[in-house]
Amino acid sequence: MYPITAVNVPCVNTPFASTGASATGLVAGLKALGRKGITVLAFAGDGGTYDIGIQSLSGAAERQMDFIYVCYDNEGYMNTGNQRSGSTPLGAVSGTTPVLGKQQYQKDMTAIMEAHGLPYVATCSASFPLDLYEKVKKARTIEGTRFIHIQTPCPPGWLFPFSDTIKIGELAVETGLVVLYEIEDGIFRLTSMSESVASKGTQLRPVREYFNHQGRFKTITEEQIDELQEWVTTRWKHFLHRATHA
Amino acid sequence: MGTRECNHICDESSPGIGEAGSTGEWRTNMPVIDETKCTASKLNKPTCFLCWLYCPEAVMTKGIPPSINLLYCKGCGICAQVCPVQAITMAPEKKNL
Amino acid sequence: MAIQRKSNIHIMDGNQAAAIAARLSRVQVVAAYPITPQTPLTEQLSLFVESGELKAEYVAVESEHSALAVCTSASIVGARAFTATSAHGLAYMHEMLHWAAGARLPIVLACVNRAIGAPWNVLNDQQDSIAQRDTGWIQIYCRNNQEILDTVIQAFRIAEQVYVPVMVCYDGYILSHTEMPVDIPDQADVDKYLPPYKPHTTLDPANPKNYNLVTLADPRVGVEGKLCHGYMELRYLLQEALQNSRETILDAGQEFNKIFGRDYARMFWEDRNEDAEITIVAMGSLAMEAIVAADMLREEGIKVGVLGLRVFRPFPKADVVRVLRKSKLIVVFDKNISYGSEGATCSEIKSALYGTYINASIRNFIVGLGGRDVKARELADATRKAIASLKETVINPDYPEWICQI
Repeated sequence: MYPITAVNVPCVNTPFASTGASATGLVAGLKALGRKGITVLAFAGDGGTYDIGIQSLSGAAERQMDFIYVCYDNEGYMNTGNQRSGSTPLGAVSGTTPVLGKQQYQKDMTAIMEAHGLPYVATCSASFPLDLYEKVKKARTIEGTRFIHIQTPCPPGWLFPFSDTIKIGELAVETGLVVLYEIEDGIFRLTSMSESVASKGTQLRPVREYFNHQGRFKTITEEQIDELQEWVTTRWKHFLHRATHA
Repeated sequence: MGTRECNHICDESSPGIGEAGSTGEWRTNMPVIDETKCTASKLNKPTCFLCWLYCPEAVMTKGIPPSINLLYCKGCGICAQVCPVQAITMAPEKKNL
Repeated sequence: MAIQRKSNIHIMDGNQAAAIAARLSRVQVVAAYPITPQTPLTEQLSLFVESGELKAEYVAVESEHSALAVCTSASIVGARAFTATSAHGLAYMHEMLHWAAGARLPIVLACVNRAIGAPWNVLNDQQDSIAQRDTGWIQIYCRNNQEILDTVIQAFRIAEQVYVPVMVCYDGYILSHTEMPVDIPDQADVDKYLPPYKPHTTLDPANPKNYNLVTLADPRVGVEGKLCHGYMELRYLLQEALQNSRETILDAGQEFNKIFGRDYARMFWEDRNEDAEITIVAMGSLAMEAIVAADMLREEGIKVGVLGLRVFRPFPKADVVRVLRKSKLIVVFDKNISYGSEGATCSEIKSALYGTYINASIRNFIVGLGGRDVKARELADATRKAIASLKETVINPDYPEWICQI
């Protein structure tokens, strides 16, 4: 908060819709001035990435602007008190899906970014910090637009006890709702827990376990759970196939 | 004395301690470390530190034993949850008793 | 003073003039999205950059919102940034226009004035830039292509002295696509006139400042123990910068004259105001048309002068009053309309005159919207009509008259 900041790296705040373009401007300005050796890192939430900011991000990615983009995804507009976003999952209750829960699936943002032909995209979870650390470290060494997605459980928005934050993030991966992977120059690789589930050939846990732990899924129907279980199973098979045919 | 003396023509902020959000009065539970259980303390070497790794407020230090900056600790209890040897318990704030 | 330089006159349209001016100003980052009638300007600048004539980063963005976001970030790291747009593009930039001014970034934007939909229309009026008058930008309007070239260069000098972005406005098609003789200055002279950009922010990792964070309404003490602004003080500083920019604008015009021999030390253009009883007010290329109308009326013995508005923000209230002191009737032509009220320049003139001893009648005409042709004869007719209306009432009507066929 002006005039004091908690962030001890140079940082500009920009309007929501402009994160990708603002990062572009920093890259272009630094290049024009011949200032080298500075990594530009853009940071936005799921609202700023999936929804209001997708245009400027897509434009920057298509132009292969040289920066790392981190999407901090807590699956809703939490800054304004939990309204649905393009990343809110099917069946989740929010401020703008208050009775029925969200009727649509999450947008697959990482796949959208992959389709831009980026040199590096990765999915992460706040519950797997070492995996996140490794991916950011790797991203730093690569040139071009790099996209890192982080699922970050949100206790007040998802309605679970604060102390369960890490557990909920782990459950998301253990059930296959979140899959940890990276795609470097088109080569797909499962990582961390997703990789160990795949290599050990163990079963994913039923998605129901994930839903049962969160108040936001209080109105999810049996049909929706079945539908999501099928979706997860199919998607997991697809990822396993990609991992083995990389 | 007016604000002109700050010489800012736009919103220009400098890094400073205290801006990460001190907790204030609302915390209901605080973490307490049992040194007899803490792995780093028992082995007397810098190890484990999962509490440090997972703390979302970064209030844990990698000390032996780890110490907690209670000024910023929100009392979320994540450290207690991730501790593999249950060395951290959440104790009610004294002022709330 | 004799100007020792050769002229270098080329025939070109307004967009080319703006592009050459940006090149001569040695812009370092250009970000723009094509929109009619600004498009040839973006193409020309891309050509300059790709051919190596202009050493700059050209960012072919996916929208105008992003164009100005790129410019704000580029400016904040210390690069001289330029963009251009029209109509819907400018409307789409609206959020970033506020942002650029609020962050005090000296970006220059060429606005090729065009009508805004609905309904669709690609032709000229000034609704687009007038609708952005409250975003904190300096706005300068051009009457011809020489002025476009000269004003873009001056705009950088002004912007970088007062840290306020400048919008250089010129009429779509009427100027943007009409070829006229334009004298191109020497690069060395422009370099002498326009020193390199000295940013007030550089985004330096060794001195990590953060910009544009949440700011409270009330002042707050910073890390150095000094009382820093609240939101309101920062807004005040922007207003103060615009209020005080008049001197910088005049100085930029005067210095321009010294080097290039064309005098811009003025907030507006004047024609035969010394003995005028009736003053026609118009802005942009319409001001040239108004001079022709004044010629016609003068032939009839009517003492008409013209006030051609150049700088709309900051609005030169005191200067306007000085010129209008002898007027009995002021006829204001606006290529814009503040719906439910009147033309924007008419409101400004009325506001400037309030509380002075000038008690002239004011008649406002809305003209030329969506590219409707405005002939000098029509301006003269409207002025005669305004003169005739004085016999009925000297009271100013609440609403403007429209020159259209409804």
